Amino acid sequence: MVVYGVALLAFCYLVGIFLGDVLGVLLGVKANVGGVGFAMLLLIILSNMGIDKGWLDKKSQEGISFWSAMYIPIVVAMSSIQDVVAALSGGTIAILGGILGVILGFVLIPVLSKL
Amino acid sequence: MAAMFTKLMTGNGLIAAFIIIGLTSWVAYKLASLTKGRIHGSAIAIFLGLILAYIGGATTGGHRGFASIPLFAGVGVMGGSMFRDFAIVSTAFGADIREIKKVGGVGVLSLLLGIVTSWIAGVAVAYAFGYRDSVSLTTIGAGVATFIVGPVTGAAIGASSGVIAISIAAGVVKSVLVMIVTPLVAKAVGLNNPQSAMIFGGLMGTTSGTAAGMAAVDPKLVPYAAMTATFYTGLGCLTFPSVIYFATKAIFG
Repeated sequence: MVVYGVALLAFCYLVGIFLGDVLGVLLGVKANVGGVGFAMLLLIILSNMGIDKGWLDKKSQEGISFWSAMYIPIVVAMSSIQDVVAALSGGTIAILGGILGVILGFVLIPVLSKL
Repeated sequence: MAAMFTKLMTGNGLIAAFIIIGLTSWVAYKLASLTKGRIHGSAIAIFLGLILAYIGGATTGGHRGFASIPLFAGVGVMGGSMFRDFAIVSTAFGADIREIKKVGGVGVLSLLLGIVTSWIAGVAVAYAFGYRDSVSLTTIGAGVATFIVGPVTGAAIGASSGVIAISIAAGVVKSVLVMIVTPLVAKAVGLNNPQSAMIFGGLMGTTSGTAAGMAAVDPKLVPYAAMTATFYTGLGCLTFPSVIYFATKAIFG
């Protein structure tokens, strides 16, 4: 059943986000630390286990791949709700700071890739 | 009639969003085919999304982009953090855990360097524009990290609301820039494999920026970039008000 895959994905999501919240509290940070990462690791482990053991059949896997295919549309929706006006009117410091931060990041990608 | 239409759209916001985003994507992929595949459809779709965001924000004065227009508030649900993170997690299905293990130390290093370079960028620009106090310098640097780290840091170390506003704007600028620039420079910086995607996620950190930027390069690489980026905001909120603030104080007094 397709819903089994969706349920598995939702389970991994909630457990991961919860772990991220707990880690945030333990570190004394007002933010989720690594929640999405924990959820992804859990999904990789459980889905592989399910396929090996046979309880995550083709139909159930479709429940996960559907959301994976909806990723780009969701990202398009996300880009349409960014505060672009604030970004453009945030003043010179905000704009130059953002640009410099992005440049430094991209410059370091090839450097770190060689390590 | 008009009132009924408004009620239909607002009462079924998420469903209406599927149509709006579907149409946007259709237009984007049509435009992409005109470029003979030189520019990927998803990159154009994301750019159109940003234009919609500008229109929404400019016409209403709201901060939720296109969703600031009540009729289109549903895209705010579809593009909100719940669906975004849910979809990001789903992309891990089929990801190779061996690739993730391989990156190890470099992933951590990329996170640390991502934080430090944001601080450098923010402090350099803020200093050039006359800011000299450690609280403002740190807060603006934190804003360059992400638009969440900025206000969290500013509130923790007592920055003025004006400086906090600058820090949020700097984070939004970075996020939008990462969305637009990533597909353009991906080839030049070698962003075409799981390792470099994880480094990219750690260096940039902005969840929305890396999510959209990576989608426009290669959706298969999304889980790798997300794996490191997910630790960035938390690490930023941890280090900026503490270690980095003390370091800034030691340097600038």
